[in-house]
Amino acid sequence: MTLTPVITAHWDRPDLYTLAGYRAIGGYTALAKALQQEPDAIISTVKDTGLRGRGGAGFPTGLKWSFVPQNDGKPHYLVVNADESEPGACKDIPIMMATPHTLIEGVIISSYAIRANHAFIYIRGEVPQAIRRVAAAVREAEQAGLLGDNILGSGFNLRVTIHSGAGAYICGEETALLDSLEGRRGQPRLKPPFPAVAGLYASPTVVNNVETICNVPFIVNNGVEWFRKFGTEKSPGFKVFAISGHVNRPGIYEAPLGVTMRELLDYAGGMRGGRPVKFWLPGGSSVPMLTAEHLDLPLTYEEMAAAGTMLGTGTPMLFDDTVSVVRAVTRWLEFYKHESCGKCTPCREGTYWITGVLERFEHGHGSAAEIDTLVDLCDQIGGRSFCALGDAAATPYPAALKYFRNEFEAGTSQAAELEFAPAASYLFSEATAR
Amino acid sequence: MTLAPETSDLINVEIDGVEMNVPKGTLIIRAAELIGTEVPRFCDHPLLAPVAACRMCLVEIEGNPKPQPACAIELTPGMKVRTQRSSEVAEKAQQGVMEFLLANHPLDCPVCDKGGECPLQNQAMSAGRAESRHDIPKRIFDKPVPINTEILLDRERCVSCARCTRFADQIAGDPKLELLERGAKQQVGVANDEPFDSYFSGNTIQICPVGALTSSSYRFRARPFDLVSTPTTCEHCASGCSLRTDARRGEVTRRLAWHDADVNEDWNCDKGRFAFTYLSQDRINSPMIRENGELRVASWPEALDVAARGLRSAQGSTAVLTGGRLTMEDAYAYAKFARVVLGTDDIDFRARRSSSEEAAFLRASIAGDCGPTYADLDKAPIVLLVAFEPEDESPIVLLRLRAASLRRGLRVVALSPIASRGLEKIAGEWAPIAPGADAGALHALAQGGGDVPNGASIAEALRQPGAVILVGERIADVSGGPSAVAALAAATGARIGWVPRRAGERGALEAGALSGLLPGGRPLDDVHARAQLAQVWGVDAADLPTSVGRDGASIVSAAAAGGLGALVVGGLEPRDAAQPAAMRRALDNAGFVVSLETRRTEVTDRADVVLPVAVVTEKSGTFVDWEGRRRPFARVFGDALMMSDGRVLAMLADVMDSSIGRGDVKSLRNELDSLGPWTGARAVAPSDSAAAEQTGGPLLVTWRLLLDDAALQEGEPNLAGTRRRTVAVVSAATAASLGVAAGQRVTVTGPAGSVSMPVEIGSIVDNAVWLPSNASDCAIASLGVAPGQPVRVSGGAA
Ligand SMILES: Cc1cc2nc3c(=O)[nH]c(=O)nc-3n(C[C@H](O)[C@H](O)[C@H](O)COP(=O)(O)O)c2cc1C
Ligand code: SF4
Ligand code: SF4
Ligand code: SF4
Ligand code: FES
Repeated sequence: MTLTPVITAHWDRPDLYTLAGYRAIGGYTALAKALQQEPDAIISTVKDTGLRGRGGAGFPTGLKWSFVPQNDGKPHYLVVNADESEPGACKDIPIMMATPHTLIEGVIISSYAIRANHAFIYIRGEVPQAIRRVAAAVREAEQAGLLGDNILGSGFNLRVTIHSGAGAYICGEETALLDSLEGRRGQPRLKPPFPAVAGLYASPTVVNNVETICNVPFIVNNGVEWFRKFGTEKSPGFKVFAISGHVNRPGIYEAPLGVTMRELLDYAGGMRGGRPVKFWLPGGSSVPMLTAEHLDLPLTYEEMAAAGTMLGTGTPMLFDDTVSVVRAVTRWLEFYKHESCGKCTPCREGTYWITGVLERFEHGHGSAAEIDTLVDLCDQIGGRSFCALGDAAATPYPAALKYFRNEFEAGTSQAAELEFAPAASYLFSEATAR
Repeated sequence: MTLAPETSDLINVEIDGVEMNVPKGTLIIRAAELIGTEVPRFCDHPLLAPVAACRMCLVEIEGNPKPQPACAIELTPGMKVRTQRSSEVAEKAQQGVMEFLLANHPLDCPVCDKGGECPLQNQAMSAGRAESRHDIPKRIFDKPVPINTEILLDRERCVSCARCTRFADQIAGDPKLELLERGAKQQVGVANDEPFDSYFSGNTIQICPVGALTSSSYRFRARPFDLVSTPTTCEHCASGCSLRTDARRGEVTRRLAWHDADVNEDWNCDKGRFAFTYLSQDRINSPMIRENGELRVASWPEALDVAARGLRSAQGSTAVLTGGRLTMEDAYAYAKFARVVLGTDDIDFRARRSSSEEAAFLRASIAGDCGPTYADLDKAPIVLLVAFEPEDESPIVLLRLRAASLRRGLRVVALSPIASRGLEKIAGEWAPIAPGADAGALHALAQGGGDVPNGASIAEALRQPGAVILVGERIADVSGGPSAVAALAAATGARIGWVPRRAGERGALEAGALSGLLPGGRPLDDVHARAQLAQVWGVDAADLPTSVGRDGASIVSAAAAGGLGALVVGGLEPRDAAQPAAMRRALDNAGFVVSLETRRTEVTDRADVVLPVAVVTEKSGTFVDWEGRRRPFARVFGDALMMSDGRVLAMLADVMDSSIGRGDVKSLRNELDSLGPWTGARAVAPSDSAAAEQTGGPLLVTWRLLLDDAALQEGEPNLAGTRRRTVAVVSAATAASLGVAAGQRVTVTGPAGSVSMPVEIGSIVDNAVWLPSNASDCAIASLGVAPGQPVRVSGGAA
């Protein structure tokens, strides 16, 4: 399958991030087109494309929009989730750096569709560059009359507010994000009510990922049929894959859904030093790992689910045979332990406990009985927690155990670093070794 | 507790194979309780919004791949639920959560106050595994940390259920307790240097499902299984809270709020919870008589004899003054003693600022009447607050108003010179009036609104069925005020709820401890009423007083002038009187004073005979709350030797060759009940005209804060630590005209003295100053000025 740059099509243009540069490649023509249509027509177009959310859960976007009650007399809000904090995920930030106006054009059209007059972009606080870039683009758009009152003479008004996160992974979870936006401590909310009914300030709210929103201008310009030419029936469209790990050319590769990992790996120049793929994750640390035998599976929501994992954020991480699985899993759990918001017992206590035991295995102090205890503890977290963070924290260990039990067994007598010297797995190790 | 939102829609569901019909919207956890299944829980509380945080209550729902929290999921038609009783998945899920809960818990039950009554301990036994697999180091915290002077927090024991924080936010309206940090470091806390400032804070100790929140006073003092518990009623205010009093070895160790859905639900205030040390302080244990100016201990026969002789020789010139803290039965004994034994109608229970207009109002509009109830507040279209600040003067009324305001936007309007913090909490409307201008405003409302802010809409709302006027005892300070309340009620059809501060006032009113009023709301000047009493009392109707006697103020001035032969005084503090100095003079100058008291007071210091009586824990009895609802309570110390006021009065009557019966609680109550309700004509409401508007300097606005320098709060420094800081409140314009700035000290001066404190700018009408009535550093009585009267305010300390 060939690469199909759509969102990333003109990223080689140095001035793409400016309004002029974006206009030069046909930017904001979709907006003009959209404002000629009824909002409902846009919702049904998006629905017909089958576009699924790119934030990780893959929920159908048009369907989500259609849940927003109309003529309810309340203000509506669009909230763009740009909190990208998932380990391994690095696509939304590049998109915002390279083509912030695609996002803004998408925001205006999406807001128009759901009848929101105020949109928020919640950007991960650790990337001030992205915040500055999007803020500058918003200012440009305002000056050009693309934001504000009576956009392009349509009578539609929209204000965009940029909000900077403060370093909590949980604030990427949509309801915690809304609490955070409201000035509270970011913890997930009890659902129902769902955000589409009572979200930001208890008003109907749509939360969408950056990449999801960036699909919208292209859909408006090119139509349903065009969109459905990419991907599969259940996973239509194209995807901004962000590849990282022990590959020769890590980075952004846009391809239709259904492309295989092997194909993407080829584009990324293969593994460093021609080493074998030991394990890989299709979309961030929150999805279970796969191995080399899964490299030919199509990267779609349905095929990944069938293989016992998830497409997630569509940001594959690949690890070669220098990496200790025990160490990798321990690092991820340390992340979840640190990022657990503390609200619910299984995740709060479970991540603390599991991490403590995993650290023992990493140092060769695990015990055979604990291999099973850990499985049990993960079972006690997954499906028992309040939000998906807990579920995610429960996945790395069982998946790793499934493919690499021997490494955990080794962890009962030998520190991981003896077999897997950390330096060997560092990406810069070969360069420095030379 | 209500099972579900009010609805008649029933749905059919199945729990553990048991089919049942429940109202739509019922939570799984509540429905399971109906069939006797207790799903284990921590964060769940029937009066708090669900959070589903602890995950202890996971159950299996058919068709749902993951176990779900029973505390947060509403049943839907046909839903099939399996709890730990019939589902291994549920059982295993619950055991897993329990294992996690204990992972970082210190497991220090042997030294924990909660041990023995701890939901974590209990549920670890019922829903936990016998052995823990946890063997990594636990996270630790410094402990304990005070969150206010009453409460100590042990963060290691906390299970993060958020009951305390939700209580603070949802019920008390004092959202100053929060969960902080994240992950296993999550902890309850308060902002730096900002303690959990709430009159209701003690409830968090009680609802904390572990020993994380402990009472500073009770900590390490007892084990629950060593305590003897007695259901009691709070003696501190007219809210009428049901309490549980726990005692050990003759001493009260703690008090808890007890569940009463109709009154205090599951809550109470910190005064009712913590203020009980007074019960054992400065007690008088034996009778005393004055000899050569000094009190000396005497035997009961001797003391009764001296008292009887003194009273008999003053026959025809006697009076009875009781405080507002007596039980209904004891007040009835005084009421009967005055009329039958002393032959006088000079009796008044209002040992506080009062007026004869108020007495007339109480006789006509309150006594013997079933007024509005808490439930009526829940449903009312509007509640008008007159001379009443619920948070300070009847805290459970505040909680009820707040709940209705949050739930359905109940409209509460305060006719007041100042918008209080309590009013803000219930999102109430402020209808500002000049101090003392209540009567004029009430008359204006009766006539359609007049110039009362928003008057037309308030007047219209008061005409809707179910409207309520809550009037406080401070209306007695407003001449024409009580009359105007009655007139407003008559004009609009709104019902009047009279909310006195003290727990005994409504009962005393019903018992007839007020001149002109016989028990059961009977007018003394009604011949049928007197005949009914004569029959029950077994006396000749002709021997009963026929004309309305003197009220408290007249009694005091007569006595002070040396014109009274004898005074019988029960449970009264001169410093609470309208004019403490006059009251002291009255006690000094009365020919003979008999004091029935529990402890040494300014009255016993001046009495000729002192007869010791029981405190609430040593007797049973009934308080009547502001609704007119009887709140009977049991004796905590069954072996106490002290006698109730009723018993002592009965003995005294016997010695005086008269009788009021045996005087025990049961016979007094039975006798009162045998009277039945009064069905004859009621006294006519007063129609005093409104006083002329006050002129001159800032006018005084004041009331007693819930926590202050009152006698019944003595000996409890941790409670005293949560008192509000004394401030004088003025408007910005008044501050400017006085030339003072916020935070600066001011001195407020009246004819008799002055007090000084920092000033605060608040929502108060111009040319007015608010002060607390009875703070330790601000005793208004010393100013010699009545509320509504001008005072002098100047910058700087006195
Ligand atoms: C712990 C956690 C973190 C998340 N972080 C992000 C994030 O950074 N960005 C994002 O778009 N979605 C994130 N999500 C998913 C969001 O909750 C939500 O599903 C998504 O924003 C919806 O947008 P979409 O439908 O366009 O994908 C996260 C979810 C969880 C549970
Ligand atoms: S699973 Fe629970 S503790 Fe973990 S992040 Fe979600 S709500 Fe917080
Ligand atoms: S202190 Fe008690 S009530 Fe508050 S969150 Fe912790 S366990 Fe719950
Ligand atoms: S509200 Fe009144 S009755 Fe209830 S505990 Fe407090 S003082 Fe006692
Ligand atoms: S009781 Fe249901 S989750 Fe806590």
